[in-house]
Amino acid sequence: MSDQVYVRKSRRGLYIGIAVLGAALIAGFAFFTRGGQADPAHSINIVGFAVPEAANKALATQFNQSEFNTTGADVAFKTSYGASGDQSRAVENGLKADYVHFSVGTDVDRLVAAGLVDPTWDDGANKGVVSSSIVVLGVRDGNPKNIRSWDDLTKPGIKIVTANPASSGAARWNALAAWGHVTENGGSEADATQFVDALFKNVVSLTNSGRDATTSFLDGNGDVLLAYENEAILAAQNGHGFEYVIPETTLKIENAGALLTKHTKVAESWLAFVLSDAGQTQFALKGFRPIRDDVDFGGVVDGAPDPTHPFPAVKHLLTLDDFGGWDGVKDKLFGDGKDGAPVGIVTSSIEKSGKATQ
Amino acid sequence: MTKTGRLGLGITLLWFSLLVLIPLSAVLVTASEGGWSNFWRVVTTEQTAHAIQLTVTAALVVTVINIFAGTVIAWVLVRDQFPGKALLELIIDIPFALPTIVAGLVLLSLYGNDSPLGLHLANTSGAVYLAFLFVTLPFVVRMVQPVLQELDRDVEEAAASLGASRLLTFRRIILPSLAPAIAAGAALSFARAVGEYGSLVLLSGNLPFESEVASVRILSAIENDNPAGAAAIATLLLVISLAVIIALDVIQRRVARRG
Repeated sequence: MSDQVYVRKSRRGLYIGIAVLGAALIAGFAFFTRGGQADPAHSINIVGFAVPEAANKALATQFNQSEFNTTGADVAFKTSYGASGDQSRAVENGLKADYVHFSVGTDVDRLVAAGLVDPTWDDGANKGVVSSSIVVLGVRDGNPKNIRSWDDLTKPGIKIVTANPASSGAARWNALAAWGHVTENGGSEADATQFVDALFKNVVSLTNSGRDATTSFLDGNGDVLLAYENEAILAAQNGHGFEYVIPETTLKIENAGALLTKHTKVAESWLAFVLSDAGQTQFALKGFRPIRDDVDFGGVVDGAPDPTHPFPAVKHLLTLDDFGGWDGVKDKLFGDGKDGAPVGIVTSSIEKSGKATQ
Repeated sequence: MTKTGRLGLGITLLWFSLLVLIPLSAVLVTASEGGWSNFWRVVTTEQTAHAIQLTVTAALVVTVINIFAGTVIAWVLVRDQFPGKALLELIIDIPFALPTIVAGLVLLSLYGNDSPLGLHLANTSGAVYLAFLFVTLPFVVRMVQPVLQELDRDVEEAAASLGASRLLTFRRIILPSLAPAIAAGAALSFARAVGEYGSLVLLSGNLPFESEVASVRILSAIENDNPAGAAAIATLLLVISLAVIIALDVIQRRVARRG
C-alpha cells in the first residue's frame, strides 16, 4: 500500500468521524429539546422570582390533593426561579411559562407590552396580587443599636445592608418604604429626598438581591438589614433567623402573579387555587401575609418571633396605591437617566452616597 | 490549501462565528442603537466611569501581580521538589473551578466582618482586588508550567559554563522562551478579571465610587430596560480588553526577540 492511499484512507476516516460526531450532536439536541415534555394538559410552567420558591412548592403539593385539580391526575410543575427582572426578561425572550410570579407588577407589565399577558391581568378583585408581605428592619440579636423606626437608620454610625434598588427591582420595595415613611407622614418630597440621601449614606453594602443581602448580613455585615417579613420568617424556619423590627410606618409588599395569554387549561385552576384560602394558607405558613384579612390559616406560623401571633398589625401600612402604583414612582425615584432623562431621586441618592465617602 | 485544511478552516470559522463573532456583533449593534451621543453619555456618567476605572485598574494590577507570582509558582512547581507538591499541583485550579458565587461566599466568610484572620476587606475596593486575584491565580501558572517543563536545561548549563550569571541566564535564555506563555496567561487573567462578577459581589458591597465594578453597572442598566446602555459599557470593556491583549502581545514579542 502506497503512502498516498494510506493518507487518503485516514482522511476518509476523519470525514466519517466528523459526520458521526455531527449526527450525534444533532440527535442529542433533538433528544434534549423533546425529552421531558410531559402531557401538556397535566403540566404547568411556573416562572417566578426567587423568594416564593418554597411557598410555591408547598402550594403545588397541596394543589394536587385539592379539588381544584380537576384533571384526575397529578399535575407536573416545571419551575424556574431567579431575580424578578431577569425572569421577566427571560419570558419576554421566549422562556416557556403558563404562570408568572414576580416581585413587582412592572415585571408583568413588561410581558403585557410584549403581548404575552392580557392587559386586564390586574383587573380582578386581587388586582393582580398573589402574595404579600411587609418591609421590616432586620437587626442584630438583642437589638444592640436600639433600632425602632426608620429615623433611627439615619443616625451616625448605623451601618445598613440592603439589596441595590438600581440593579434589583425587588429591592425597590425597601427604598419606596423609606421614601413613603416621610411623604406619607406629612413630609414634603424635599424632606423625603433628604431622608433617602441620609439613609443611603449609611448603607455599607448594596447587594444585587435580597438573598445576597441576607447572606451578607448573616456573615457579620452591618447593623441593620432592610428585609422582608416573609424572608425573615423563612430564614428562621431554615435555622438562619434574625431578629427584626416592624417600624410604625411600613410598606405592604404586593407580589404580582398572572397567567400568560397562552396557558394550559389547568393553569387557570392553579391561579384560582393560589388566590383561594387554601392557597393563601400555604403562603402564610411560609411567612407571607395573606392577601385577604379573613383568611384562616390556623393562626400559627413557625419561625415568626411569636408563632401564635405571626403577623402583628402595622400602625400605618402604606400600599403601592398611595404612590399611584409603580408608574407613579418608577422614573421619579428609580430612573437611570436613560436617553438623557433626569435620574431618579433614589438613583441619585445612591450616587451621592458614594461621593460623600470619597 | 488542502481539502482537509479547508474543511478545518470551515469548521473553525463556523464554530467561532456561532460562539463568539455573532454574539459580539450583537453587543456592538445594541450599543450603536442609541447613537454615539448616548454611548458617550452612558460611559461618562460619573458613577459608571468610576466603576469602569476601578474594574480596569484592578484588572491591570492583578494581571501584573499574576505575571510575577504566577511565574514564580510555576517555577517552584517545575524545578523544586518538596513534600505536598502533588497536592499543591491539584488545588491550584480550584479557584478557577469553583462556581464564582461559592468563591464569593468563601471570601466573605474569610475576609468579611467576622473574619477569623482579622482581615476586614468587606465593602472596600480591596475586596475587588482580592476577588480578582483569587479567580485569576491559575492562568499564568498553567500557561508557563508546560513551557518550563519542556525547556532544555542543557542550554542553561552551557550559558553558565560560558560564565553567564544566573540573572543573565534567566534574562537572556529562560525569559524569552517563557514570554509567549506569560503573555497568554496574563491576557486570560486580565480578560477574566474585567468580566468578573459573582466572586466579588458579596464581599465588595457594590458601593458606588468605592467598590462598584462595571458588571454591576451593566446589571443596573439591564434592570432599567436600558440594553443600549448596558451594551455601551460592555463595548468599552471589550475595546479596552482588546487594547490590553494587543499590548501584551507586542511586549511579549519584544522580550522574546531579545533572547
